[in-house]
Amino acid sequence: MSGKSIKIRYFAWLRERIGKAEETITLPQGVATAAQLISWLSATDEGYAYAFEEPDTIRIALDQEHAEADAALADISEVAFFPPMTGG
Amino acid sequence: MSQATVTLRVQEQDFDQAVELASLTAGKTNVGAAVAFVGYCRDEEGTLNCLELEHFPGMAEKQIGTLCKKASARWPLSGLTVIHRHGKIKPGEQIVLVIATSRHRRAAFEAADFLMDYLKTSAPFWKKEHKKDGSNPSWVVAKAQDDQDTLRWEK
Repeated sequence: MSGKSIKIRYFAWLRERIGKAEETITLPQGVATAAQLISWLSATDEGYAYAFEEPDTIRIALDQEHAEADAALADISEVAFFPPMTGG
Repeated sequence: MSQATVTLRVQEQDFDQAVELASLTAGKTNVGAAVAFVGYCRDEEGTLNCLELEHFPGMAEKQIGTLCKKASARWPLSGLTVIHRHGKIKPGEQIVLVIATSRHRRAAFEAADFLMDYLKTSAPFWKKEHKKDGSNPSWVVAKAQDDQDTLRWEK
């Protein structure tokens, strides 16, 4: 089975630390949840490692709905990572 | 209970509170109360040049829409208007508008308060401060108090 393609979006200081607003990747073998995707990305280079250095503070949206870190990516086409929100 | 009329906009341009209030109440003879909240950009003791608001287009509207549905389900509202700006905003300028209308005041007060609490913690917007002294712009850190405020509604 070939890996599925997934779009990842980054906002605020995550976007700045990673150096891009979005990318599309092929989901690697063994990456089934948002938390596993964070671990996998963090291992790819320093920018990601810096952005995700405190994974517990990162907020996650799957197809534009808030989600927990252990949420499954199986039926998801877009993952977004961002800091706690400061609107209003 | 009749459905609340919801107006929701995420936009760069400014808004006119009076126009929005008038459009929620015009011709409505069953509205007994309108509560409007406006959030402004502070100058932080004269140190702030401007705020830059980043947002997640699509999700911002979706989340605010969900919050409006929750408020409508919880209180007997006749109308709700939520406008949130993005982009660069100068001290003294308006950032956000929430108006709730109802037959009676309590529902309108509470719904506006509820919407502002949740807008701060669950609508995908992020503020960056640009200081007058030219130092590197910095992201505003989310306040624990804002999370505490939302918990009031979950009791």
